[in-house]
Amino acid sequence: MHNKTLSELSAALKAGEFSSTELTQRYLSRIAEFDSQINAYITVSEKQALAAARAADVQIAAGTAGPLTGIPLAQKDIFCTQGVKTSCGSKMLDNFISPYNATVIEHFNQAGSVMLGKTNMDEFAMGSSNETSFYGAVKNPWNTDKVPGGSSGGSAAAVAARLAPASTGTDTGGSIRQPASLCGITGLKPTYGRVSRYGMIAFASSLDQAGPMTRTAEDAALMLNCMAGFDQRDSTSVEREVPDYTANLSDSLEGLTIGLPKEYFGEGLDASVGKAVEDAIAEYKKLGATVKEISLPNTHLAVPTYYVVAPAECSSNLSRFDGVRFGYRCDDPVDLEDLYKRSRGEGFGSEVKRRIMIGAYALSAGYYDAYYIKAQQMRQLISDDFKRAFEEVDVIMGPTAPETAFGIGDKSDDPITMYLSDIYTIAANLAGLPGMSVPAGFVNDMPVGLQIIGNYFDEARLLNVAHRYQQVTDWHQRAPAQFK
Amino acid sequence: MSLTQDDVKKIAHLARLSLSDEDIPDYEKELSNILGLVEQMNAVDTSDVTPMAHPLDMAQRLREDVVTEENHRDEYQAIAPSVENGLYLVPQVIE
Amino acid sequence: MEWEVVIGLEIHAQLATKSKIFSGASTAYGAEPNTQACTVDLGLPGVLPVLNHEAVQMAIKFGLATNSAVAPRSIFARKNYFYPDLPKGYQISQMDLPIVGEGKLDIRLEDGSVKTVGITRAHLEEDAGKSLHEDFQGMTGIDLNRAGTPLLEIVSEPDMRSAKEAVAYMKKIHSIVTYIDICDGNMQEGSFRCDANVSVRPKGQEELGTRSELKNLNSFRFVERAINLEVQRQIEIIEDGGKVVQETRLYDADKNETRSMRSKEEANDYRYFPDPDLLPVEIDQETIEAVRATLPELPDAKQQRFTSEFGLSDYDAEVLTSSRQMADYFETVVKASGGEAKLSANWVSGDLTGSLNKDSKDIDESPVSAAMLGGMIKRIADNTISGKIAKQVFEAMWQGEGDADAVIESKGLKQVTDSGAIEKIVDEIIANNQAQVEQYRSGKDKVFGFFVGQVMKASQGKANPAQVNQMLKEKLKG
Repeated sequence: MHNKTLSELSAALKAGEFSSTELTQRYLSRIAEFDSQINAYITVSEKQALAAARAADVQIAAGTAGPLTGIPLAQKDIFCTQGVKTSCGSKMLDNFISPYNATVIEHFNQAGSVMLGKTNMDEFAMGSSNETSFYGAVKNPWNTDKVPGGSSGGSAAAVAARLAPASTGTDTGGSIRQPASLCGITGLKPTYGRVSRYGMIAFASSLDQAGPMTRTAEDAALMLNCMAGFDQRDSTSVEREVPDYTANLSDSLEGLTIGLPKEYFGEGLDASVGKAVEDAIAEYKKLGATVKEISLPNTHLAVPTYYVVAPAECSSNLSRFDGVRFGYRCDDPVDLEDLYKRSRGEGFGSEVKRRIMIGAYALSAGYYDAYYIKAQQMRQLISDDFKRAFEEVDVIMGPTAPETAFGIGDKSDDPITMYLSDIYTIAANLAGLPGMSVPAGFVNDMPVGLQIIGNYFDEARLLNVAHRYQQVTDWHQRAPAQFK
Repeated sequence: MSLTQDDVKKIAHLARLSLSDEDIPDYEKELSNILGLVEQMNAVDTSDVTPMAHPLDMAQRLREDVVTEENHRDEYQAIAPSVENGLYLVPQVIE
Repeated sequence: MEWEVVIGLEIHAQLATKSKIFSGASTAYGAEPNTQACTVDLGLPGVLPVLNHEAVQMAIKFGLATNSAVAPRSIFARKNYFYPDLPKGYQISQMDLPIVGEGKLDIRLEDGSVKTVGITRAHLEEDAGKSLHEDFQGMTGIDLNRAGTPLLEIVSEPDMRSAKEAVAYMKKIHSIVTYIDICDGNMQEGSFRCDANVSVRPKGQEELGTRSELKNLNSFRFVERAINLEVQRQIEIIEDGGKVVQETRLYDADKNETRSMRSKEEANDYRYFPDPDLLPVEIDQETIEAVRATLPELPDAKQQRFTSEFGLSDYDAEVLTSSRQMADYFETVVKASGGEAKLSANWVSGDLTGSLNKDSKDIDESPVSAAMLGGMIKRIADNTISGKIAKQVFEAMWQGEGDADAVIESKGLKQVTDSGAIEKIVDEIIANNQAQVEQYRSGKDKVFGFFVGQVMKASQGKANPAQVNQMLKEKLKG
């Protein structure tokens, strides 16, 4: 049953093939058996999961079940979950039991889904390899010597290893798409404002967006149906109707225009990865799409721009972690300054500290214009590049990441090289556009992801484009041998 | 932009982060490298570009002025490092 | 050397909303510590701010009331610094585009002249919590109930030239914010407080001197005292050959001194940047006009009307319009008295204000209602009682003995206007005081007062004074 997709599970539960309690127990026992190999979970909430499963079974029996009722899910440990530890991958929040639920969690609770636990992640979502977690690196289920990508590495690995049928992630610079690509699953970062950020621990507020991580596009549609929507508590959430994302999955791609940015296929892209992406595009041509070369001329400046905007926002967002009202407090502070400095110095890991310092510097007197304002201007240019492109094309395609999963430890000593792993994903966050990663082949037995970027609020089209591809390919159905 | 160790210490103070003396040279190098990466932006003339603060071109939505929150002090303070008589305690603040 | 004092004020007015500026927690004063601090006010991980509609309306109201520009688009920014009463490590405030822009305000100085003070801007921001230093050994307790209470920070130009001018300006702002009902003005509770930027320079010098910022000025008296102390301190430093240091100083009312605030000494680098959790606030003309329609008559307009409509002096009109409650009270008195504006003005700003001050009562707590006072003044006007007897009636009303008519009745204070009765008393007094009659007739006019006093005494003050005067004059002529 753990090899079924979310939509298959939903049908099976309704048909009474097995109960949610049985299904939940199956996943809990798989986690107990396998997770030590990949470290995908920080917290397994067994008791709550079984209670939720029993409640779901009652609903299913009563015939009041929705598509996600009784479905076990893994939640990234960035979402506040009432009564369950919410660590954000940090020592700073190792003792933090959230007193409230994130809006996304509320949505899943209302839908009757079952939370298996909280998945591992880069500390405060800052990383591309899941090595910055206080709880240790997550390992790629396809090869446990390699990274799963980050920051939603635990969520990606859990789905790939069949330790959850689906999970949630958040994406600030590629943190859903890049691990989805590296772990061979499907990941969707919606348009900024589509999913509420309330209760999702902020990294960079103007870039963060939550989305589903699943095996198939169809599952992603089901998940997004539940996650998306206006939220009174989030000023940046958009008051806009949520379509049924499953409704147009099978629409024809005849007449679809795909833009291929030449900057996404140049230097820095692994040739074999490039080949896999080209093969995928060839499939699209067979499906009736036409292809057009486009240019996003400021692509190479997306990473530099991002490393001002994101650290600036995070330096401020993370000031609340001060050892006063919650979270880690250092032992025996001698005075207030000592309390602040040691609680933060000891509670945060080095990547988080690096980014906080870069951000504080970029915002400080005398540097604000040269860094922060400059980056905002660059952001406008990058956004304009996309605006022009979408006048000509319906979706943009390219690789999600420049290479397949790299080895654990290979880049952890070199921040810059690590930062460049997100070179193709970051621009969509700066512009606020939706993007997906879809399994598109293997290079040396490691998965390759195809990235699809859409226009604002065009998630339904992205899912349609991804779904049609998954109907003619089977990359998304493959599972790492040891976790089958 | 290359930072000095002194710069690193100043920034760490501004951000209230204790850094051990051994770590400072590493931060000095890494932060300077990151600033080097960031400064690639300078290759583009942006003098006529309006800064983009936000991906959404929307106005702030306003909340009705009603009290919707109840007292949950006990739950909120259950996760606090140090409280007494309903107050959060910190080392003495000298004004 | 002659010194010129330069003062600018930053007034913080807590807006009288029910809920906080970015959360649904109550703003009520005096609750148990931290019982009105919700997840948003505590800055828990993941929470987000949503702006209170009423706070925006109130800011617009203030802008309109001070002839200031209301910004069609304004931006919230984060002011980053670490302090235990600031839960998020940043205060949400406004920097580059405040909701209210430049404006002007006229204040009346002691010599009666009018001075225009520039308003630089007024912006919305959230208040911080409170640090309590007592009761905990070596520790400070933090209460975050106040955190997130909406504030309007009203920044003036450095246009004031004395502590008295600063107080006059502050009082004017106080009367405006209370008139338009956006702030309760309660200074003891900290709803209305100010910081003063003070510097001195040699008279005639263009360039401003180094300023210090005085904090914690929560009464008009403290503002005046603290500024005067600070001016003195700065002049002494300069005259001793020293230099004034730019710093933040705390006024200690108990010791009546200012001292440097060590905690704020280091150069602040607030790293302001637009708050990415909030979007631009857009205010269209329609909204502005709708708010304008709700504006009450403002102090200046009311003052003008009081002089023209009631014939009051500028001074009386200003005193009577110093608060909306006072002005409303006065107008009710005039109405109830049958239009006796002058008399009403004298009573409200005289005996009533005196009694209120003596008993430390606000005008809306007055035991003598406006209708009661008006009713009494009506009895003065129709000669039922004299002005002198009225003081007795007022006192009785103050003590809760009923309205004027009841008091007059029960105490038998009705004025004697029966000329026969008065004549009888006058004749008697003249007959019994022949020596004084002689003196008067020989030219000692002063003795006249003696006769009036005797007659009034004999009538227990009830004889109509005008009639007594007239009758005495006639009879004493001989």
